[in-house]
Amino acid sequence: MAGKTLYDKLWDDHVVRTNEDGTALIYIDRHLVHEVTSPQAFEGLRLAGRRPWRPGSVLATPDHNVPTTGREDGIADPVSRLQVETLDRNCETYGIAEFRMEDRRQGIVHVIGPEGGATLPGMTVVCGDSHTSTHGALGALAHGIGTSEVEHVLATQCLLQRKSKNMRVTVQGRVGPGVGAKDIVLAIIGEIGTAGGTGHAIEFAGEAIRDLSIEGRMTVCNMAIEAGARAGMVAVDDKTIDYVKGRPYAPGGDLWERAVAAWRELRSDPDARFDREVTIDAAAIVPQVTWGTSPEMVVPVDGVVPDPAREPDPVKRRGMERALDYMGLAPGTPITDIRPDRVFIGSCTNGRIEDLRAAAAVLRGRKVAPTIRQALVVPGSGLVKAQAEQEGLDRIFIDAGFEWRDPGCSMCLAMNADRLEPGERCASTSNRNFEGRQGQGGRTHLVSPAMAAAAAVAGHFVDVRRMIEE
Amino acid sequence: MEKFTPFEGIVAPLDRANVDTDAIIPKQFLKSIERTGFGPNLFDEWRYLDRGEPGMDNSRRPLNPDFVLNQPRYQGAQILLARDNFGCGSSREHAPWALLDYGFRAIIAPSFADIFYNNCFKNGLLPIVLDGAVVDELFREVAAQPGYRLKVDLEAQQVVTPAGVVHRFQVDPFRKRCLLEGLDDIGLTLQHADAIRAYEARRREEAPWLFMDMRA
Repeated sequence: MAGKTLYDKLWDDHVVRTNEDGTALIYIDRHLVHEVTSPQAFEGLRLAGRRPWRPGSVLATPDHNVPTTGREDGIADPVSRLQVETLDRNCETYGIAEFRMEDRRQGIVHVIGPEGGATLPGMTVVCGDSHTSTHGALGALAHGIGTSEVEHVLATQCLLQRKSKNMRVTVQGRVGPGVGAKDIVLAIIGEIGTAGGTGHAIEFAGEAIRDLSIEGRMTVCNMAIEAGARAGMVAVDDKTIDYVKGRPYAPGGDLWERAVAAWRELRSDPDARFDREVTIDAAAIVPQVTWGTSPEMVVPVDGVVPDPAREPDPVKRRGMERALDYMGLAPGTPITDIRPDRVFIGSCTNGRIEDLRAAAAVLRGRKVAPTIRQALVVPGSGLVKAQAEQEGLDRIFIDAGFEWRDPGCSMCLAMNADRLEPGERCASTSNRNFEGRQGQGGRTHLVSPAMAAAAAVAGHFVDVRRMIEE
Repeated sequence: MEKFTPFEGIVAPLDRANVDTDAIIPKQFLKSIERTGFGPNLFDEWRYLDRGEPGMDNSRRPLNPDFVLNQPRYQGAQILLARDNFGCGSSREHAPWALLDYGFRAIIAPSFADIFYNNCFKNGLLPIVLDGAVVDELFREVAAQPGYRLKVDLEAQQVVTPAGVVHRFQVDPFRKRCLLEGLDDIGLTLQHADAIRAYEARRREEAPWLFMDMRA
């Protein structure tokens, strides 16, 4: 019998029962909740007269709607305020732990989970948010769900699922200096496409992935969904265990040793079989910049905007033409000629301490170009913000001309006041360059934190590796 | 959830791949705490010429005449014909809510994004996967024949064209049953409450750290 993959092991550990048709009831260990996708789920519970099955398994926080400035005055937008207040009220009613807006532990749900030790290796983690795949970096099975499933998990602690297929993306060799986790995952998406992982759980493996910190692995797993896969994951190693140790909700004492012994098993067996395998050469990855309106529309920074005329598939060709029209770009334009109006550093993809350090390293002693209308740094959580301030990173950002904000999803999806105006172009460390994502008519170029900082300084996209050499 | 019954409906073609849930229902409308009322803002940025905000009177907003759903021949459409990877991106269930609220009951595409596909079934919206070549043919037929309608029969798992051509589709047997009978799947899961409790008891022994109470 062939060995098991990491996904097989996580799945098998959580099967409550299997139905005759092959669907299975899967137990959920940790349920993260935010204000946008939960109100209708709580309302459903209320209407059916149900209670949460295990309220202690749930951690809630408002992140999508919260302002990143002037928080002491509350939320100005009444519609946003009602949604956040509804979350507060639901958590109170049902006895659910919540890090409220004014709590220093508040932040983007996918940043605060690992940070607090609320999400751990070997867990099943769900949230009404597609970027839940982030937590897979710890060797967990984590994926996004819709609101009906939020209600289902609240009521039953389970999900009814059919097992996904196994896919492994191996990033062989090592990346060069100035090339980070974001570049790796954008290169992967460029290679396999935004539907490349549909129906699969992706395990990211190989030397370049093992070389990454846990934060870097979170960046990679975070964007598994942008490759079509609901879940992305990385095997547990010493880095994982070191990362988890001592976190507030992580096990301690005797339990710690037992947990570590169990976590050491969370890797694919050498003879495990994958339904699909993809191998990427790390040494060939250079800093990436998206040019279009889908994350797969990505090229190396030393490349040019591609020409739709060279695309043989008519549906793809029309998609490229529409994207170029929306983005206001002409085929053949060098990426380094593209000039952003705004720069956004933050999000569940790149809002962790390491991301801020990478950006600050580029900005130290430099200034944001005068052509940049706004440069924002939005830490992923209150604790990330505090840590950065302790390290003096806030001073570097502010001295360079960045605004230093309070934590939340912010301009990644522009549900709060942070947004692009029509036609504005943004160098963004977020995860989606869809039409209108950062504000109606806004044009998003996805990049790493170091690349965003470099673009802020230069006023146009630039290969950050050159700035590091200077 | 209402039972899914066979129907015949007008088909509207949306000829682009990778239609994401941000396009289906833009983020500003996600601030609602209701499940209904999203229909007027379906495809908001493509459908209207102005910037949509919650609370606007949508009937007074300028329509984009070039957008397919605004063309007179597709008024009252119940079936959306789409391209690959429909519903990619965010997990927002507001996307199927908006499609349903607008009046769609089925979506036909060569492929769907996983979370969106799953969310559709939870709400009685049927996502139908047909072969890419068949979808191409349907796009041609819709363009050629104003008032083009398809019959959708979930029980028989088939889509029937006006010419009587039958296209079979696959659907998970459990999801099919839930849709046909309008079942409450939480109620179904709770029938296995004993199995869930037994699993929990075993896991609390094996891996107690998984049960750390977030309120502690």
